[in-house]
Amino acid sequence: MNETPLLQLRNITKSFGSVQALSDVDFEVRTGEVMALVGDNGAGKSTLVKCVAGTHSADSGEILFEGEEVHIHGPKDAANLGIEVVYQDLALCDNLDVVQNMYLGRETHDWLQRLKEPIMEQKTAETLKSLAVTTINSVRQPVATLSGGQRQSVAVAKAVQWNSKLVILDEPTAALGVAQTEQVLALVRRLAEQGLAVVIISHNLHDVFETATRITVLRLGRNVGVYERARTTQEEVVHAITAGVPTKVSGIPGTAHTGATA
Amino acid sequence: MSASGLDVVTPDQGAPDEELHGLAAVYRRALINVKSGNLGVLPIVLGLVFIVVFFSFKATNFFTGNNFDNIIVQMAGDAMLAFGVVFVLLLGEIDLSISYVAGIGALVVAELQLPGSGHQINGLLAMVAAVVVCALIGAAQGSIVAFVGVPSFVVTLAGFMIWQGVILQKLEQPGSIIIQDRWINYTASYYFSNIAGWLIAGIITAVYALTVLGGVLGKRRAGVAIGRPWLVAAKLVGIAGAAFGTVAISNHAQVPHGLPLAGVLVVFFLVVLTFLAKRTTFGRHVYAVGGNAEAARRAGINVPRIRILVFMISSAMAAVGGIILAANVNSVDLNFGGGTLLLNAIAAAVIGGVSLFGGRGEVRAAFLGALVIATVSNGLNTAGYATGIIYMVTGVILLFAVTLDTIARRLQVRSGR
Repeated sequence: MNETPLLQLRNITKSFGSVQALSDVDFEVRTGEVMALVGDNGAGKSTLVKCVAGTHSADSGEILFEGEEVHIHGPKDAANLGIEVVYQDLALCDNLDVVQNMYLGRETHDWLQRLKEPIMEQKTAETLKSLAVTTINSVRQPVATLSGGQRQSVAVAKAVQWNSKLVILDEPTAALGVAQTEQVLALVRRLAEQGLAVVIISHNLHDVFETATRITVLRLGRNVGVYERARTTQEEVVHAITAGVPTKVSGIPGTAHTGATA
Repeated sequence: MSASGLDVVTPDQGAPDEELHGLAAVYRRALINVKSGNLGVLPIVLGLVFIVVFFSFKATNFFTGNNFDNIIVQMAGDAMLAFGVVFVLLLGEIDLSISYVAGIGALVVAELQLPGSGHQINGLLAMVAAVVVCALIGAAQGSIVAFVGVPSFVVTLAGFMIWQGVILQKLEQPGSIIIQDRWINYTASYYFSNIAGWLIAGIITAVYALTVLGGVLGKRRAGVAIGRPWLVAAKLVGIAGAAFGTVAISNHAQVPHGLPLAGVLVVFFLVVLTFLAKRTTFGRHVYAVGGNAEAARRAGINVPRIRILVFMISSAMAAVGGIILAANVNSVDLNFGGGTLLLNAIAAAVIGGVSLFGGRGEVRAAFLGALVIATVSNGLNTAGYATGIIYMVTGVILLFAVTLDTIARRLQVRSGR
């Protein structure tokens, strides 16, 4: 584990007025791994992600991407680095078809701003195929006619088709049925296998243990620890989420906690 | 022309399955369409055919060249306003100011062509100036909607009052301004010769055929599935039939004789705006903002910019419509922009199938809707019915069309889950 993590956050602090949302939070994710970010409501998961996505900017602390310090001031900055976020509410347009959604805001066009539909359609089909999303009949059907799992698959495919390096999934399986959840979790694992760094935010520990390589636990805006899935149990993680002692030793997450990675 | 059009699609007709089960495929596709909430243009085209046949029997002087030319010129102004409304409705917004913005457009044109006023300019330039002035009005109204967040209903209702006030204030003294400029009046009163009419029908058919051909070739090059070839052929034949049929009827008109320029202008804007809506990034973004503004924003689309541009289109098209409406009566008076103009324009778009909730609808809907309204109104008029009856029938048609569309939409939601 000597390689530099793809994304490293150090001492991120963020407050909204008098509310301290994040204090000195560290976080990292490596290429090819699924890092779960868990914690109770108000633990700071979403705030942390928004700092990376460019929706918020941290009050202090540093963000290192591929080992170099970066400043993310907006969603465009994040996208330029290769960071894509798939939000809980999907951010798809129901009235547009799969192709149109996949290319939303980044349409292929010529000098006359004319859309190059055939190329977009072909590439969409390729992307879906490479991610083994096979349940969608036609890439020309409106997203409104897709099931929840299919929609989530489209949202994920949309995020990864732009040569992204890091994909952050916010509650990807919320409101999905059992079979559809499996479909999406398999897709999440496939992303990591294909060499992306994946961050999955979830309340559902079953999902986390199905997919994650490592698990970062936040509580009350502070680090509790980082656990390796293979060496921990759901009980330990639940305990960390609900009663974990916020720790913070010399900038390395989780060193003070037993069972955590060094 | 239609023969060459058929040649264009012949290569695809060899595709397996499709031609063999022609009629069965038609039925199946129609069923799928209805199930997925996409009624397409078929109901309204059938409705239009029914209306035409009905009035042809009802009134002896309905199915005549002269009356067809009348209908075309009568619908032209409303259709232009309705084209602009489509874009606003696609965003899920509304523009109530268009009728009086049309009045402002007509007023600007009338003022600028006024001989001896000291600011008389060429009629063509005057029309351009009117469109620019109205586009700026749209930009102002759109900016308030986009940046301040005032609901478009309120902003444009204010616009409705303000621009009506401006017209009343400006025309209080003269009462009306007569339009004498021949370029301006041509928009409603120029008729093409027989030959020119046929040529225009040929050009329309050829352009459509080439567009279809381009689409098919592009898809083939990218190895993407091509839609049903027989449907493409049927549409092409339909377009050619409509174009040549209209010219044939218009050419039988006595005085004035031939295809009206107003009709050609309507088709021109129909084509240009359809291209804008369906084939450009701008159009795609309009649909996206109407479907889910937050998703559009996250996708990096400049939502305020789209909103402002749409309100500019709406006002600019209102100006175009206003010019034609003024040219039709050769003047602008105190009452210009009042009456049923606003509601007819919105009704035209809605009858054609444009959703009031945004994201769903096409420019051609406004064309067909305006045609329905103009034809019904003309037919009832020709058959000797009073204005009250015309309003009532138009209202019933509007209600019927929207009910049909709503039912189709509910079916779509159900088939999707």
